[in-house]
Amino acid sequence: MNAPEAKGSFKFVGSRPIRPDGVEKVTGKAVFGTDYKAANMLHGAIVRSPHPHARIKSIDTSKAEAVPGVKAVVTGADFPSIEDIIVRTGESSGSALDMSTNIMAKGEALYDGHAVAAVAAVTKQAALEAARLIAVDYEVLPHVIDINDAFAAEAPKVKEGIQAADLGEGQATRPNVTMKFPMAKGDAAAAMASAAHVVSGHYSLKPVHQGYIEPHAAVATWKADGKVDVWCSSQGQFDVRGLTASVLHIDVGNVRVMPLEIGGGFGGKTTIYLEPVAALLSKKSGRPVRVAMTREEVFRATGPAPGGEIDVKLGADADGKIVAAEIDLKYSSGAFSGGDVWAGAAHSINHYAIENYAVTGWNVLCNMPKHAAYRAPGAPQINFAVECAVNDLAEKLGMDPIEMRLKNAVLPGATGPMGNTLGEIGLVECLEAAKAHPHYSAPLGANQARGVACGSWMNYGGPSTAAVALADDGSVLVTEGNPDIGGSRASMALMAAETLGVPYEKVSVTIADTGSIGYSMVTGGSRTTYATGIAVIEAAKGVINIMRERAAKMWECDAGDVEWDDGKAVCKTGDNAGKTLTLAEIAAKAGATGGPIAFENGVNPLQHLPGYGAHICDVEVDKETGNVSVVRYTVVQDVGKAIHPAYVEGQMQGGAVQGIGWALNEAYIYNKDGRLDNAGFLDYRIPVASDMPMIDTVMVEKANPGHPYGVKGVGEVPIVPPLAAVGSAVSKAVGKPMRSLPISPDKVHAALNGG
Amino acid sequence: MPSPAYHAPDTVKEATDLLAANKGAKPLAGGTDLIVQMQSGRMAPAAIVDLKRIAGLKEIREEADHFAIGAAVPCTSLKNNAALVAEWPGVVEAANLIGSVQVRNRATMAGNLCNASPAADSVPALVAAGASVVVAGPSGEREVPVEQIPTGPGKTSLGDGEFVSEIRIPRKAKGGSDAYLRSIPRTEMDIAVVGAGAQVVVDDSGTCTAARIAIGAAAPTVLLVEDAGKALVGSKLDDAAFAKMMEAVSAACNPIDDKRGTVAYRKATAGVLAKRVVEIARQRAGGN
Repeated sequence: MNAPEAKGSFKFVGSRPIRPDGVEKVTGKAVFGTDYKAANMLHGAIVRSPHPHARIKSIDTSKAEAVPGVKAVVTGADFPSIEDIIVRTGESSGSALDMSTNIMAKGEALYDGHAVAAVAAVTKQAALEAARLIAVDYEVLPHVIDINDAFAAEAPKVKEGIQAADLGEGQATRPNVTMKFPMAKGDAAAAMASAAHVVSGHYSLKPVHQGYIEPHAAVATWKADGKVDVWCSSQGQFDVRGLTASVLHIDVGNVRVMPLEIGGGFGGKTTIYLEPVAALLSKKSGRPVRVAMTREEVFRATGPAPGGEIDVKLGADADGKIVAAEIDLKYSSGAFSGGDVWAGAAHSINHYAIENYAVTGWNVLCNMPKHAAYRAPGAPQINFAVECAVNDLAEKLGMDPIEMRLKNAVLPGATGPMGNTLGEIGLVECLEAAKAHPHYSAPLGANQARGVACGSWMNYGGPSTAAVALADDGSVLVTEGNPDIGGSRASMALMAAETLGVPYEKVSVTIADTGSIGYSMVTGGSRTTYATGIAVIEAAKGVINIMRERAAKMWECDAGDVEWDDGKAVCKTGDNAGKTLTLAEIAAKAGATGGPIAFENGVNPLQHLPGYGAHICDVEVDKETGNVSVVRYTVVQDVGKAIHPAYVEGQMQGGAVQGIGWALNEAYIYNKDGRLDNAGFLDYRIPVASDMPMIDTVMVEKANPGHPYGVKGVGEVPIVPPLAAVGSAVSKAVGKPMRSLPISPDKVHAALNGG
Repeated sequence: MPSPAYHAPDTVKEATDLLAANKGAKPLAGGTDLIVQMQSGRMAPAAIVDLKRIAGLKEIREEADHFAIGAAVPCTSLKNNAALVAEWPGVVEAANLIGSVQVRNRATMAGNLCNASPAADSVPALVAAGASVVVAGPSGEREVPVEQIPTGPGKTSLGDGEFVSEIRIPRKAKGGSDAYLRSIPRTEMDIAVVGAGAQVVVDDSGTCTAARIAIGAAAPTVLLVEDAGKALVGSKLDDAAFAKMMEAVSAACNPIDDKRGTVAYRKATAGVLAKRVVEIARQRAGGN
């Protein structure tokens, strides 16, 4: 086939058209999670535990059921008992039993905000009133929130029945440690002992929230025939379907999920919280039920990314070559096992070629919400520690920090720490571009300092389905199954336009419900433009093949004698040689040449590549108040090929902003009673626009040979380096290492005043 | 939960009657605190008395010896009164640090005062300016210094049936000006970790003849730190006077450790902000 791969340049890929969903969104008309209404719909409300750990002795729902307008009440007892099976989703996999227990407590409340009951009523007010009247008798149990406290051998158990990890012969079990993840190569201890320069430090990070603007919401209806329809915003309707079916213990085919627009997810909407609750309330009441979270519920009950307690020791030879790394990282997955610590370990040093290392990851349970994926899950925490240590090492050697990184950078063809062979990766190119950027050599003002860091994310591919169909006027209809978070409709339309050779404006993209197309994994793992993009390109190629056959029929020749070139079929031989038929001309005759023209296919591409980025950050510190301003910031990233450059730049800027927030202000704050003290955007401080400078972006394009147009995942890499870039800059400005995030004004003030 | 009764009286008298008749009634001006507190379940008033239809309460009057700012004047409107901006730039700036643009289009200084948060941004500026309020009640009106309204977090000295109907700010003294600054971890959309307001009057020789320093978020109520003002009076606002003033501010602070800041941080930063606002106010005063 005359595939477009051979083209040296692109006609549509790399342009910046307006996104197809843009107008509806900026005019406020797009339908997001809480906007959807079903006829005759009831309103739900959830009762949540005020205790971080408590036995639920009894739940009295009688007063709630007596409230006028209340139609159903459910508790953990209404959830089917299910086997502890593992369900895979995009960025995280987990046990269906854990998911069910997280969605509704069963006998034991495990964190402040854990759902214990739910009601549905004809009005929201009646539902809230009934929820208030549900009497839960709690026996408050000891709790533990801090990772160091929870790690201790004598720590209170976060819950009953924890399967503590076997820590090896002679090692006492630690009741809340559920995973020990070691990773080693060479002889780290010996190499460290003989290293010319050694640096070490302890780094602490608090849990943070993904901070998506749209709270979770779901409408479900349990129909008389036993089938369940769900409308919700998520990062993947197919995985919502699978998880909901697992928790409800019904066939996947009995659940249909309609995707709504999503107002941010960042990994946090790859799981479910409300869908089974709404479904069970609907089953009991016989009416559709909407359950929506308030912002407070979002903070108290949905996915924080883990905090971390991390020790890093690096040794280098006299020339700055890192010869040894010893790393110990403890993350918490909340009250349920699983977690990101393996990914933290895997991303600790995968940007450097180090011959001797010993990395140990520990997952620790604590009485906090079940952790959820957050953009490059597990990587920013460890990158903060390692990159700050690398900067310390460069300082110790008197080396330029980018030179130091170039000296140690991992190269294409190397074997990564997880045993994977790294292909056409672009770390060196990113570091070179950062070094050459005017920002890197710009003079600094008073009280200003500069930090740099680099990092990576593994990225993923995985299963996706797409279909391309032609309308008889030549319109091209792309159907796919990935919610559009960052402009993917535009990217899919561009790739379809490029493949078919028709203008972008001729292509419409629909994100279909689970009953309308085959499976696609979540929009997550930086996989959508890569994997679903391949599905779209392959479907477009399938349509091209059909069009060649139809053209051959019209010309009465063999399909093999028809080529597809720049949006047209070209006849190569016979009486019609040189004649052409456009896509629109072929589509118009589809009825006469064999019927509708459409092609659907599923793909499972795994030639994904890790992405790398290098960030430069200038901060200014107010030495009297401890306030930190980010005054200049540059993101350099290897993006493979930017299909729609504006949305790639948007990913780079957005990741940097979230990382800056994590570094300076964001943190879960629990009070001594184990209750979340900042469950709102006032005191959970994500950056506001006026906090940020213009974030400059440099896209390095080193094509991925595993994608027809060279795409690499871009969405997660940019949140990895900012923590260390900011942290190192502030440390330099303050003159002391700032190794505990967030670097809030009072911490800076204390450090400046001898604290 | 029954919805509260909603009243929109036309006169101050009707409003005080309604408030007096309903023990659980709350006055409503911009509603940017009240409605949020109702929605979060922290407050469930039996009735709401909307002040916005009362004649004069949405106006700013320029009197011979004071500005009279109606209780329902939104913060944004303050910026449109050129005389007020010229005489009390610090008050106008403080009121326009509250919340977001959308919030300030509704929020009022009277509401900011009566919500009685120690971190209220407009209050230290009003206290530094020497402002008072008119309290309307069943037995008529009384005029009270601003600093006497809040008595603790969420608590005021207002009696049954009383509400603040007007804020009065004296006309600026010759050679005087004011300023307000706050410390927040972000650049906007936040609540003061510490706030400081200052009014200084300097004579032709550059000597400070009067000074009022007020500190927010460093005690259960906004503090008027009289010793801080005294430390400046008679000085040329030099380093020695500043050091004494900052010491007085830190000594007066009685803050708490909470999620927004530590005791040590608040005490230290209060002095720093006080110095900065005095410097700004002096510069502004020098321009006269």
